[in-house]
Amino acid sequence: MDSGQLFNLTTIAYFASMVLYIAYIATKSNKVATVATLAALTGFIIQTGALGMRWYESYVILGSDHGRAPLTNLYESVVFFAWSIIGVYLFMEWKYFKKYRAVGAFVLPIALFAMLWGQMSLNKSIDPLVPALQSNWLTYHVITCFIGYAGFAIAFGVSIMYLLKIGKEEKHQGPEPMGGILGMFPPTKVLDDLNYKAIMIGFPMLTLGIITGAAWAYYAWGTYWSWDPKETWSLIVWFIYAAFLHARFTRGWAGRKAAWLSLIGFGATMFCYLGVNLVLSGLHSYGGA
Amino acid sequence: MTETEKKQDFTDRIWDFFCSLKLTILLLLLLAVTSIIGTIIPQNSSAAEYIRLYGQSNYELFTSLQFTEMYGSTWFIALLALFCVNLICCSIKHFPRTWKFFKEPVRVATPGLLKNSSNKLDLHSKESPEAVLEKIKGTLDKDFAKTVRTDADGKIYLFAQKGIFSRLGAYMTHISIIVVLIGAIIGNVFGFKAFVNIPEGDSVSHVMTRDGSQRIDLGFEVRCDNFDVKFYPNTSRPMEYASDLVILKDGVEVYEKRIVVNDPLFFDGIIFYQSSYGQAGDPTISFQVTDSQSGESQEFNAPLRSRVQLADGYSVIVTDFTDNDRSFGPAMRMNMISPDGARGNPVVIWQNFPEFDERRGDRFSFAMLGFSQTYFTGLQVAKDPGVNIVWAGCIMMIIGPFVAFFMSHKRVWACIEQEDKVTKIQLAGNAHRNQAGFALAFDDLMQKVENAVKNDSPTKEG
Ligand code: HEM
Repeated sequence: MDSGQLFNLTTIAYFASMVLYIAYIATKSNKVATVATLAALTGFIIQTGALGMRWYESYVILGSDHGRAPLTNLYESVVFFAWSIIGVYLFMEWKYFKKYRAVGAFVLPIALFAMLWGQMSLNKSIDPLVPALQSNWLTYHVITCFIGYAGFAIAFGVSIMYLLKIGKEEKHQGPEPMGGILGMFPPTKVLDDLNYKAIMIGFPMLTLGIITGAAWAYYAWGTYWSWDPKETWSLIVWFIYAAFLHARFTRGWAGRKAAWLSLIGFGATMFCYLGVNLVLSGLHSYGGA
Repeated sequence: MTETEKKQDFTDRIWDFFCSLKLTILLLLLLAVTSIIGTIIPQNSSAAEYIRLYGQSNYELFTSLQFTEMYGSTWFIALLALFCVNLICCSIKHFPRTWKFFKEPVRVATPGLLKNSSNKLDLHSKESPEAVLEKIKGTLDKDFAKTVRTDADGKIYLFAQKGIFSRLGAYMTHISIIVVLIGAIIGNVFGFKAFVNIPEGDSVSHVMTRDGSQRIDLGFEVRCDNFDVKFYPNTSRPMEYASDLVILKDGVEVYEKRIVVNDPLFFDGIIFYQSSYGQAGDPTISFQVTDSQSGESQEFNAPLRSRVQLADGYSVIVTDFTDNDRSFGPAMRMNMISPDGARGNPVVIWQNFPEFDERRGDRFSFAMLGFSQTYFTGLQVAKDPGVNIVWAGCIMMIIGPFVAFFMSHKRVWACIEQEDKVTKIQLAGNAHRNQAGFALAFDDLMQKVENAVKNDSPTKEG
């Protein structure tokens, strides 16, 4: 069994989990939701094994001096992104929203999309690292950034649910709860709170990601900050979520505006992660892969 | 409205403007949006480059808006400065309210607090107030936090709190931003960013700033004994760039280190980073010549473009050299020169194929033996006396939000009074964040308090 096969199994598990979360919204059966969570958890465990396997394979292929954590090119980062999303999602579901698992139907697709993209169209070869990437800071930097991105991805899914529901809810009359698909969504108040909670996890991790990146730049090039496009975009993302956090202290900015800010924040996050390399140019090197 | 009142009103409005959270949100979003400009328009390029990319008139527009060096532009710095003023004013405005929790903790619970708190417990006991107090105090001290007793209007009050420092998390975060900026300013004013190229065997005592504007005296000498570049086997992918550096003070070697990318040399507050390399001067090539008439072989070491005399008036010039010809490895190009001065066709000799040249069938056949090339190492040189302040700010920036988001100030009050023959006990608690989590912890705590109080002859009231 090699890591590629394990990653394929992971993709299948995430697909099954996504279908089950959607089925949960349709059937309202708690059993289905439990199986959906178990499928996601199974996928996560397999993927953890796959990441370990790929790490091990790097030692086999490159020799014992040149093995490295599987976090060094676009393929590995996309796969790690999926892993982070599911990890943070499972943590949050367990800790904050066991009762509202419909959220999974809006988060699993993001992880699934990442896995499909990685498995189907990215270069999976394990290449040795050029000197600039031979640093432990790379590992710390990538892990922290991606857990941050994962928090924002969950906030994104939750915000979409919020915006879908709030419009209907405002038109909805009468005391009885809403029926149908939207009735299965968590109450908007809960969604608003989950948006905040996900960003509460993402924001400190992004801060840590930016700081570890700065530390790395300092040890590799002698400047902790050089307004490189990637650095600048991470700061842009940071500003947006800082605005989000403070928006919640002033009335009138919670709810809809906060949800929109979260969508914009995730758009900027994705541009920071992919757009900068594919569209702009700079020091960071995932784009070429 | 009198003149002074008007003035008062005006300064109040200015103050409120600088304190306002709306301004914060506006500034954060403005900083985010304007920062994009510098990621799209290349920064600090040459005028010619901008004109080529955007045309003359756009170039003039960009320079007048300072878009070509926008992160150092007046307006961007002004935006950052306004942001700091906002941050400081806001903190000054809010701090006294926070400080009150430290200076004047609410030790005596008001009846309203005891009655309306969402986390509360009422108990009755037949024991004396002092006996009940001991039990409650024991439980709270052990399972929550140290209690403080206050006696007022015939009742006994207990107060305990935990995590009051979490109220400072937001301040710590905000101060951290100022600290980082102070560190950055110190680094910019008192430090430098420079580069230097040192040929193997040479030493330098000066470096040039990266913008080429200034020559900086290091106050010591740096010598490069050796530069190495290693490639991964069978690829052209670099594996390691390394320089053996030696620091000399007054001609005496005081420190040496082999630096590689990601592992610089620190000396006297100045840091040397492996950054680039290149060939210093021409290589010397060694090759073997076999004369098919005499059957003799001879070896030569010749610098590039020097002429080497062979037998009977023949000579050879090595005209070109590469350390990797396509993927065939090192190769040299040479011309034979016959005794009458006529120059032959260029011939390529590969080091990895020493028997190859014989097949040409000429009188002299060549085999390349090796080459020696001196390199220079390219170093980034930086001094940043503010960097530790920046790191200190960064650590605060990690701890601050963590404290602000995930910790909370939790308080528990108890009020014990004698009513007829019964001792009446009221407990209440709250947390300034994560109420749901606190509610669970409070229930747990109250279970323990109840057990302690009930220990003998209790009566409970729901
Ligand atoms: C990018 C810069 C900033 C960051 C990273 C930041 C971070 C934070 C954090 C982590 C919190 C705690 C959030 C919470 O309690 O849920 C907070 C609260 C707050 N921030 Fe900021 N902040 C920034 C800029 C500002 C500025 C410029 C102001 C000035 C007006 C400001 C005003 C406040 C206020 C009033 C609070 C609430 C304090 C409290 O609840 O005690 N922040 N900030």
